[in-house]
Amino acid sequence: MVEILLDATVRAGTPILFATLGAIINERAGIINLGIEGLMLIGALAGFAGTYLTGSLLLGVLFAFAASFLAGSIHALITVQLRGNQIVSGLALTMFGVGITALFGKGMVGLTIVGFKRVAIPGLSQLPLIGRPFFNQDLLIYFSFLLVFVIWFFFYRTRWGLGVRSVGENPAAADTCGFSVSTYRFFAVTIGSGLVGIGGAYLSLASTPMWIENMTAGRGWIAVALVIFAGWSSPRAMLGAYLFGGITAMQLRFQAMGTTISAHVLQMLPYFFTILVLVISTQRIQKGASQQPEGLGLPYDREDRK
Amino acid sequence: MKLVMERREISSPLLRFSAPIASIAVALFVAGFLLLASGVSPLAAYKEILIESLGSLYGLSETLVKTTPLIFAGLGVSLAFRMQIWNIGAEGQIYMGAMGATWVALFSGIQNHWVMMVAMFFAAFFCGGLWAGVAGILRARWQVNEVIVTLLMNYIAILWVDYLIYGPWKDPKGFNFPLTAQFGDAARFAEYFNTRFHSGFFLAVFCALILYLFIERTVWGYEIKVIGSNPKAARYAGMNTGMAIFFVLFLSGAIAGIAGFSEVAGLQHRLQHGISPGYGYTAIIIAWLAKRSAIGVVIVSFLMGVLLVGGDSLQLLWQLPVAFVYAFQGLILFFLLASDFFIIYRVKLVKGVING
Repeated sequence: MVEILLDATVRAGTPILFATLGAIINERAGIINLGIEGLMLIGALAGFAGTYLTGSLLLGVLFAFAASFLAGSIHALITVQLRGNQIVSGLALTMFGVGITALFGKGMVGLTIVGFKRVAIPGLSQLPLIGRPFFNQDLLIYFSFLLVFVIWFFFYRTRWGLGVRSVGENPAAADTCGFSVSTYRFFAVTIGSGLVGIGGAYLSLASTPMWIENMTAGRGWIAVALVIFAGWSSPRAMLGAYLFGGITAMQLRFQAMGTTISAHVLQMLPYFFTILVLVISTQRIQKGASQQPEGLGLPYDREDRK
Repeated sequence: MKLVMERREISSPLLRFSAPIASIAVALFVAGFLLLASGVSPLAAYKEILIESLGSLYGLSETLVKTTPLIFAGLGVSLAFRMQIWNIGAEGQIYMGAMGATWVALFSGIQNHWVMMVAMFFAAFFCGGLWAGVAGILRARWQVNEVIVTLLMNYIAILWVDYLIYGPWKDPKGFNFPLTAQFGDAARFAEYFNTRFHSGFFLAVFCALILYLFIERTVWGYEIKVIGSNPKAARYAGMNTGMAIFFVLFLSGAIAGIAGFSEVAGLQHRLQHGISPGYGYTAIIIAWLAKRSAIGVVIVSFLMGVLLVGGDSLQLLWQLPVAFVYAFQGLILFFLLASDFFIIYRVKLVKGVING
């Protein structure tokens, strides 16, 4: 029973994990991206279409990354190069994503593909309790484990990672040190957006191998909130994403058991808990326990340097 | 040769005025390619939008029907914008307002039309207001990001209304459809010219006027503007910023809530799923395009009404999904943001080599 619940937790948490990681990369460079919901939808549709047309799941994932990368570059261009309002641009990206996927996804509704299959990792998958939920999963889930580590390593052990963090903390100082603020920010936004797209593709290639209009159902917004819960750190993002995967899994379990609580009320739980978690983690920022990038949300113009 | 950007000393009023119009034009142009890609001729589509929304008395009435909730929601969002507060939750506030008004209409037992109207109005006002007020308290007391809270509460509000119409409020005579019972005559707005055009529109324009006077002619309005543009100065001047944040979000949600009242009393005459097909999101664009002016909100709401009515007919004619309108709205916002850059900066080609 616990194993089944944990398994469902990981599967429900993975799309949110990818999205949260992508959003963290954006925000580490100082750019708020409220387009996550739209980017996930673009990734979900591109991933599905890519797999449907080529027959390859791997190409589907690449399509998802590329499409969200391109869509994210609109946000990057507006917020980095043109110094536009990050909140409005992100909202515009979400609207654009919802609209364009509805338009181009119309022909994809009802089609089916063979989604990602489980691949057991020999040895590890035999572990009691955590073996099956964590090591008898599909390749995208293993990729997400790897990504959590790679992103942590990138930020704290590489020069480029230092560059991304410094343009997010103090762009003027980073500029003085020779980091190109606009280049770092541009690629943080686009590559982060690409990862968000893979989160969307997880929904259409693994969770339910089909395309449904608006299939993200607010997961992108949960991811935006989880970035704050995660304190902009990738290992904590994993914790947060699985926390929400767990709530979703339990809610589905309740429904399956035929509880008398209305399904609509149960479906509110993830959103409700996200707000709760947001309140608690905001307190941590206030107490200085969490590291919000100093330059988050502020456009950088060299002429403003003091 | 290289491109340099330099800040303009003063931004020309002509540029500021023409930028939104140019943005819409460029967005129309780019959206044309999206239409082409889905096999629809852009020119035919745009012509269809204009004819359907403005070409007949009936079309115009439908446009005004859609303009009505957009004005309320746009006013609500733009009021919060005034104070640099982001209310992305107008959608949920519309639902909660509709719920409040429906509760009064179905269960209060009031017979008199005017008493009923006033009661429904205030029920919607407080339901929408308190819904947004939650985000206001969280923001004022604990600095919780109001963008995320107001947005997530949209999902909760819509699910809550679903719960009511699938459960306790379902019409017992409704053949099990997820709808409440129809309202009695006391709970309905007057309709005109044998169309769906109803009194809600006049209420919306009246609200815009009141809000304009409130912002421009009262001390409270002045405080909102000061807190928005310089919170530190406002605090030194002794203004209670926390209280103001709650108050503005409450009022912002309350006005959006009236849209819910207007929709159930004027149009739907019952509570049902999809009472707002995204008016709350469109309101964000309206507030941004209108540059926070209440009168601007009325004008831009009308433009968006044209677009929504046109979008509906594109769906009927070419089976384009209604959500296409969102893609178009996203494009307008993108170009509007881009145009802001050219208002503030001047881009010049000068001789020389690129240095940094």
